[in-house]
Order: sequence, then C-alpha cells, then structure tokens
Amino acid sequence: MTVNRLPVVEKILSANDAVAGLNRKRLDQLKVFSINLMASPGAGKTSLILQTIKILSGRLNLGVIEGDTAPVTIDADRVTDAGMPAVQINTGGDCHLDAPMIDMGLNQLPLEKMDFLIVENVGNLVCPAAFKLGTHANVLVASIPEGDDKPYKYPAIYRGLDVLIINKIDLLPYVRFNMDYFRQGVEMLNPGLTTFAVSCTTGEGIDAWANWLINRAEELKGK
Amino acid sequence: MHELAVTESILEIANRHATLAGATKITNIYIILGRLSSIVDDSVQFYWDIISQDTMSAGAKLHFQRIPARMRCNECSREFEMQDELAPCPQCGSINLTLVAGDEFWLDSIEIEKEPGETA
Repeated sequence: MTVNRLPVVEKILSANDAVAGLNRKRLDQLKVFSINLMASPGAGKTSLILQTIKILSGRLNLGVIEGDTAPVTIDADRVTDAGMPAVQINTGGDCHLDAPMIDMGLNQLPLEKMDFLIVENVGNLVCPAAFKLGTHANVLVASIPEGDDKPYKYPAIYRGLDVLIINKIDLLPYVRFNMDYFRQGVEMLNPGLTTFAVSCTTGEGIDAWANWLINRAEELKGK
Repeated sequence: MHELAVTESILEIANRHATLAGATKITNIYIILGRLSSIVDDSVQFYWDIISQDTMSAGAKLHFQRIPARMRCNECSREFEMQDELAPCPQCGSINLTLVAGDEFWLDSIEIEKEPGETA
C-alpha cells in the first residue's frame, strides 16, 4: 500500500457555480433581466415584488421564483393573484436557494414572454450570500424596524450587493433608527452602492426603483 | 445551516478525484477557507462523520486552514490584512475599501492510499 498526497484545488461550491453559469447564459440568451432578492424574514420582499408588479404591469412582464423553507404557496399565490406567473420552491428546510433550484424554477416559467425575473430568496441574511444563482444582480431589502446595525452584523451579504433597498421608511418617525450610522456601515462594506429608500405601504420611492429595473432590462435587450 | 450542502460537495469532489487516481481510501482532506467564508468547521465535521460512512472517504480527517482577508484602499491604494471587518484604511483612514481576498473556499488536496501495482 502506498500513501500519497494528491493536489485537487477545486472550489467547494464549483458544482453550484457551474449551474449558476448555465442559468445566467439562459437568462442572457432570452434577455430576461433577473435579480436575486434577499432580506431577513418580514423586511418586505414580497410587498416590494407586488409594488413592482403594480408599476410594471401593462408595460413589462415579470415572473417570480419564490423560495421558502416550508411547503407553503402563500407568496406565489400573492404574485399569481397580481397577474404574474410564479413558481414556489420549497427548500425542504434549507436556509437558502441554490443554482439547481433556480434551474428547476426556470423550467416552469414562460421565459420567452418575460422581461424580468425576480427570485425571492429565503428570508435570511447569512446563507443566501454564499450561493450564486446566476441572476444579474443581488438586491437586498433592509427595513427600518430591523435596526440600523444590520450592515455591521451581517457584512458578507452587504459586501456582495448591487442594489440596496431601504424599506418601511414611513416608520422612521416611530422607530429609533440612525440613518447616518446605517449608511456609514453600508458605505464601508460596499462603497457607492446604489440605494433606494422606499415604503411599500405608501408607495414612496418605488418609481425610482422601478426605473432602475427598466433601465437595466433595456440595457440587456440592447446587447 | 448550509454546511450540509457544503459537506456533500466536499465528499463528492474528494471521492471523484480519488477514484480517478485509483485510490482505495482517502485518509486526509485539506481545505482552504478564507476568513470571511461563513462556514463553521465543527458543523462540517459533524455532517462529514455521517455522510462519509460507507464511502472511500470514511474515517478521513478534515483539515481546515484559515487564510486572512485582505483589503485595498480605493483612495491611497494601500493593500492590507483585515483585522476588523469594519475598520478604515490604516494608512489614510478612508472607508472606501475593496475586498481582494478572504472569501476563498476550496479543496486544496487529499491524501490517498493505493494498493501496490496500481497506477494512477
């Protein structure tokens, strides 16, 4: 018997990353601009999706992949009720979505008719940051009641963002939340990050976010 | 919580490379982990002991080597080792920083046993 050391040098999540690459290729070819929407539970991911649908409906078509840990269809039903196609993925207790789950979700959506895809990740500020899905942009919804210390406590997710949405700004008068402190934490982790302050309840700021989405989708179509 | 998925991936990669090399058993697995990778070693070890049973990796020891995170200052271009995730540039005090290393996570090498006479 002989013993030897064998070099491997392979990324441990390479299988996931490879599938993420295929997902991206498919979305690029069909020119569907896609976002990975992340947040803690209750920050307003589904509310933001519903507000976005409201603004875009009649102009552009959106599809949604909903990730949840439990076998429920609450979120997918809300999107379907709003008139857009949605697929619910039950992760079976897993704390995040991964690229193969997105591949399955894409198979069930009318991609040829879609301009946008929103993937609503599992509510969690830790694990979703580690798994690439193949989407074009990472978007985080932070909400005022969660507190202004979240960038400091969950740096990894903030570091990987393309867009930050600060939701529930209508609650600012009622909640202790130091916006300067929050924004400084964000700036240290992700200098110059594109940020939208919104309220899904009053509709404030949603236009600016929707315009960003529309511009990015047009950019992709122009390629 | 996502350590199970990660551990399954380690097992798949290790067994695949060992099989290709004609090994009969894997004894040690060396993993490189950036300081900012949110992976809990003990949790991976816990899953490992369960899922590696009945495979050529059964009983293999996992070795984790943590490597430091490095930042580059976008103002003065200084590159430095991160001590605190939210500390400014030690040279000019700027908070306009980019992460250049620290989120690595790869399987570096494995130690295998082979029966004599077999070639890789």
